[in-house]
Amino acid sequence: MAAQIIFILLLIAGIGLFSFNARKVIRNIKLGRPKDRSDQPAKRWGTMLKVAFGQTKMAARPIPFLLHLVVYLGFVIINLEVLEIMIDGIFGTHRVFSGLGGLYNFLIGSFELLAIGVLLACVVFLIRRNVMKLKRFSGVEMKTWPKSDANYILIVEILLMSAFMIMNGADYKLQALGEAHYVTAGAYPISMWLQGLLPADAATLIVIERACWWFHIVGIFAFLNYLPYSKHFHILFAFPNTYFSNLEPKGEFTNMASVTNEVKAMLDPSFVPAETAPGKFGAKDVNDLSWVNLMNAYTCTECGRCTSVCPANITGKLLSPRKIMMDTRDRLEEVGKNIDKHGADHQDGKALLDDYITREEIWACTSCNACTEACPINIDPLEIIVELRRYAVMEESVAPGSINAMLGNVENNGAPWKYSPADRLNWANQD
Amino acid sequence: MEFKVPTMAELMAMGEEPEILFWVGCAGSYDERAQKITRDICKILHHVGIKYAVLGTEESCTGDPAKRAGNEFLFQMQAMTNIEVLNGYNIKKIVTGCPHCFNTIKNEYPGLGGTYEVIHHTQLIQDLINEGKLKAEGGESFKGKKITFHDPCYLGRANGVYEAPRKALEVLDADLVEMKRCKSNGLCCGAGGAQMFKEPEKGTKDVNIERIEEALATQPQVIAAGCPFCMTMLSDGVKLKDKEQEVKVLDIAEITARANGL
Repeated sequence: MAAQIIFILLLIAGIGLFSFNARKVIRNIKLGRPKDRSDQPAKRWGTMLKVAFGQTKMAARPIPFLLHLVVYLGFVIINLEVLEIMIDGIFGTHRVFSGLGGLYNFLIGSFELLAIGVLLACVVFLIRRNVMKLKRFSGVEMKTWPKSDANYILIVEILLMSAFMIMNGADYKLQALGEAHYVTAGAYPISMWLQGLLPADAATLIVIERACWWFHIVGIFAFLNYLPYSKHFHILFAFPNTYFSNLEPKGEFTNMASVTNEVKAMLDPSFVPAETAPGKFGAKDVNDLSWVNLMNAYTCTECGRCTSVCPANITGKLLSPRKIMMDTRDRLEEVGKNIDKHGADHQDGKALLDDYITREEIWACTSCNACTEACPINIDPLEIIVELRRYAVMEESVAPGSINAMLGNVENNGAPWKYSPADRLNWANQD
Repeated sequence: MEFKVPTMAELMAMGEEPEILFWVGCAGSYDERAQKITRDICKILHHVGIKYAVLGTEESCTGDPAKRAGNEFLFQMQAMTNIEVLNGYNIKKIVTGCPHCFNTIKNEYPGLGGTYEVIHHTQLIQDLINEGKLKAEGGESFKGKKITFHDPCYLGRANGVYEAPRKALEVLDADLVEMKRCKSNGLCCGAGGAQMFKEPEKGTKDVNIERIEEALATQPQVIAAGCPFCMTMLSDGVKLKDKEQEVKVLDIAEITARANGL
C-alpha cells in the first residue's frame, strides 16, 4: 500500500512538474508574432506522417537513420510496457497484462529485442560523438552544455534499458523459483542470458527486481522533466513542428503586409491602407520572430545536418544554422526567465541580434536553402536570418557597404549595378 | 544579331500580343558574359518560331537581391512597378533567363497582384524538346563529351526543378556526370542571398572554389550552368584553377544553341 501511495505521488509530481514547465515553454512560444499556418490541414497531416512518423528525411544518411530508427521504434513501442508499469504501480498488481498469454510473451519478447537494440545504438552514438569525434557534432556552439546534454541523454537511455533488462532477468528467475506474486509470463530472449549473473537467492532477487522497476519508472518521470531543459525535446515537438512547417516553395520569402500598405500608399496617394498593427520591421529580438520560428528553436535537436551542408560554414565562415536555432532558444529561455522574475514588461537591454547572433553570421548566408532541405524535421533557420537582416536594413540602415551600394543601384537604376536603364537593351544590338 | 529582338512596346504599337514574354534580368541585360546567354535564348525562341518579346528599357530589377538582403520596401517598390508594366501589357506567360527572377516573379509576385505562368529557360528548352521542335542537330557535337550540371539553388531546392536542365543535356548524347553534391543536395555557387554584390565574410575558402573543386573532380569538358550568377562564380573558379583551356563553363541555353548551330 505504501508503495502504491509513493508511486501515485511520484506520478502526480512527475506529470505535474512537466505540465508546469511545458506551459512555460508554450507561453514562451506564444511571445512570437502571429503566423497563420492553419491552411491545408490534409497536406499538413500528410507532412507530419511522412516526415515525423515516417522519418523520411532521416534516410539521407543511412547509418544514423538505422540507428535512430531503432531508438525511435524502441521509444514508441516500449512505452506500451510503461503503461503496464503505471497500472501495476497504481493498483499494486504485478504484470497486469500477463493474462494476454501468447500475445504477452510476444510483446515482452519484442520489447527486449528493441531494448537491446536501443542500448547498442546508444553505445554507437556515444562512440560517434566521443571517440570518433564526427565533425558534425563539433563547432563553436557544441561546447559545454550542448555537448554534455547529448551525452547525458544517451547515458540515461542506456541506464533505463539496462534496468529494464535486469528487472526482466530477475523476474524470470523468480518465476522459475516459483516465488509467489511472480506469475509465469513473458518471453525473455535477451534477459535470459543474465540468469548466470544474478544471485540464486529469492530475497536478493526481489530486491534487484524491485530496485530496477523503481529505477526504470522514476527514471522515465525524471527524463520527462529533463526534456524542457534539453535538446531532446524533439521527441515531442517534432510532430507539431512538421505539421506547422512551410508548405510553399522554399524560394518564396514572405511578402510583408505592413510594407505592402506603405508601398501602395506611396505609389497611389488615393490608397487607403487597411488597419495594421504598427511594429518594427524584421526582428531584433525573439519576440519579433513568429511563433513558428520559436517552436523551431525548441524542436531543434542539434544534430548539425544543417550546418554540415551550409556553404558558408563549410568554407570556414562563422555562420552555423544550428547555432542560429540554439541562440534563438537560449535567448527565448532568458526572456522567459525575465518574465518569471520581473514581470512581462521587463527589459534586460539585451537582444537576439548582437548579443547572441552577430552581424557577421547573418551576412554570410547565401539563402541557398541547404539547411532547410537537410533538417529531418523541417526547421527553418533561413527565415530567422532574413528577419534579422530585415531589421538591420529597414530599421537601422546598417548593412555592409557593398550591400548598401547595391540597394542604391536597384533604387536609382533598376539594377544592382550602376548601369543606365537606357542601356538595358544594348545586348540586342551586339554580336 | 541577325534578327531584331521585338519589344513589347513595338508589338503593342502593331496591335499584337506575344505568346511569351522573355524576362531578361539585370545580369542578362548588362553582364557581358550573361548577355551571350540572353542572345542565345533569343536565338532559340527565334529558331522555333515562338512569338515572343522583351520589355527592353521598360524592364527593371525584380527586387530579388533587395529582398534577400532584407530591404522589403525596395523589393515591393520594384515588384509593384514591374507588375504594373506586366499587367499593362496583359502578360500571361513569362520565360526568365535567371532562376532568381524566375523564383521572384513565380512565387512572390502573385501576392502583390502579379499572377503569371512563369518558366525558366531550361524548362522552355525541355518543353521544346518534348514537343519535337528542338533537337540537337546541325551544330557543334557534344557526343561523348563529359558534362556536369551545377544546380542553381533558386531553380533546384527553391522550386524543385531538377529534370528540365538535365533533359536538355540528355538529347546531346553526351556523357553526363553528376557531382557528389547534386540536385537537392547541390552546393551553392556562393552568389545567392545578395552575396554576389559583396565581399565574403572571413573564412578559410571561397564558396565557389569549394564548388569548382568538386566540379573539376568529375574531370568534365563542360560545366553546365543555368544561372548568370552561378556562371560568374563558376567561371571565376575555373580561371583561378587555371583550367580555362580544358574546361568550358556554358549555360544550358548556350549549349542548346551551339548544338543546333544557332
